[in-house]
Amino acid sequence: MLHFLKKNKDVICTGIELNEEKVAKCIEKGLTVLQGDINEEVLDYPDDAFDYVILSQTLQQIYEPGKLIRAILRIGRKGVVSFPNFSHWNVRLQLLTTGRAPLTKQLPYDWHNTPNIRVISIEDFRRFSRETGFSILREAAINTDHHENSGNIIKLFSNLRATYGVFLIGNDQ
Amino acid sequence: MSEYRARDKDRMSVGVVEKKSLTFARPPMEMALENGYTLGPVTLAYETYGKLNPDKSNVILILHALSGDAHAAGYYHEDDAKPGWWETMVGPGKGIDTHKYFVVCSNILGSCSGSTGPGSINPNTAKPFGLDFPVVTIGDMVAAQKALIDHLGIKKILSVVGGSVGGLQALEWCLKFPDMVVSAIPLATTPKHSALSIAFNEVARQAIMVDPHWNKGHYYDGAKPDLGLAVARMIGHITYLSDESMRQKFGRRLQDRNDFSFNFDGDFQVESYLRYQGAKFVERFDANSFLYITKAADYFDITRQYGSGSLVKAFSRARAKFLVVSFTSDWLYPTYQSKAMVKAMKKNGLDISFCEIKADWGHDAFLLASERLTTLIAGFLERVCNETKK
Repeated sequence: MLHFLKKNKDVICTGIELNEEKVAKCIEKGLTVLQGDINEEVLDYPDDAFDYVILSQTLQQIYEPGKLIRAILRIGRKGVVSFPNFSHWNVRLQLLTTGRAPLTKQLPYDWHNTPNIRVISIEDFRRFSRETGFSILREAAINTDHHENSGNIIKLFSNLRATYGVFLIGNDQ
Repeated sequence: MSEYRARDKDRMSVGVVEKKSLTFARPPMEMALENGYTLGPVTLAYETYGKLNPDKSNVILILHALSGDAHAAGYYHEDDAKPGWWETMVGPGKGIDTHKYFVVCSNILGSCSGSTGPGSINPNTAKPFGLDFPVVTIGDMVAAQKALIDHLGIKKILSVVGGSVGGLQALEWCLKFPDMVVSAIPLATTPKHSALSIAFNEVARQAIMVDPHWNKGHYYDGAKPDLGLAVARMIGHITYLSDESMRQKFGRRLQDRNDFSFNFDGDFQVESYLRYQGAKFVERFDANSFLYITKAADYFDITRQYGSGSLVKAFSRARAKFLVVSFTSDWLYPTYQSKAMVKAMKKNGLDISFCEIKADWGHDAFLLASERLTTLIAGFLERVCNETKK
């Protein structure tokens, strides 16, 4: 994603990744990437160091999501947060019919090996924004196709139909 | 750093190279040192590989570690068994690709490998300096290298690259001459020597100074303090390895015997290894140079020199893009020291990439052939090279 942004949008960008091999792959491709824990790395930057801070498919793996969201809105003017929607109809149906933790393309792990320690739905995130005290500036609910190369934006019943939620967030005015 | 000089299996090499030298700061234009003294004339040994492009924008400056020299790559003649100390990294198609870049490797002030140091002739007495040689700093070494770079007509360096004490020089370059350095790759290094590093260096220096042949540094016309220098080198080698690498490399295996000898000849392989390294080192290194260079490394502290005690303030001078690399088992300059630099660089909004490479080989890992390190350096250099063309 960083590579896409740098190549196509000509942005100046920095990535944070924990895994040495992934860090090395990014640096080899010519990206600026720091190896470290996102929860700690965000603390070092000065206020408003970035225009945008993107948490791509990361929030569901964070132990203290409120703290991290506040940190990214301190170091960036705006944030972009995306996560797999846990209230998609397929997830609900699986839980209802099989009585087991659901497995989908977006959430492919078993309960005991998933890195996704938080289950978030689009509706949960809206509620979370009010409780934590940040604004949702724009939101897009996306339903990906089978190959997951592209998706459609969903307007109606998004919490039920979308596989992913993408939010543009900012500080409360 | 130790002596890993492997001939490249693919025989990709810069080939036969020549050691050159530059003499400058001739009296009365002597070089002013950080301690207030002046020194001149000053000679620096250096080597270059690859071709300087017309706009002189493809320069890589390699800075060597404590016991290194200007001979980073290639061979001195066709039958030379031993290539330069970073043959695995520097050459055509390698991590630092001599097809693309003009590579300069400069020896350091205080060394004994062709540059002015305590073993050089003091022009005032016509005898070797010994301890009359002024105590030089990493800053002085870099100031001398700047004279070399000026002499080569180079205004901007695409990247300064160095590991260990070479990394100290790389950091010094970024802060002393920030507008000349486009990017820097400090490997397995530190913004200041820790008590642990100073302690090891001090024990090594003491080993030299208690050798009766040391004679307060005046030994150049008689027996040399070889035993002291060998012990100093043995201590160094322990710090370059790690618990894990020693366990793998030697364990408790015995050398050339099946049982304990019940004397002090040296039973274990690790003893034999250290003795061999010590004995080999004295053939090529001057004990006084060892004292001066370790002292310079101990004095090195960019927070003090450039930041009034603050590492963040020190890096506020820097303009370079950084690739910082540390190694998991390095206990001489552990990762937390690299991370402290990275943190300070981030606070200054610098373009900084950082990778901690998992390696069992301790501090020496930066010198060993590593696919990971090679591709990291190659990718980073290619990016900074492309970005300067924009």
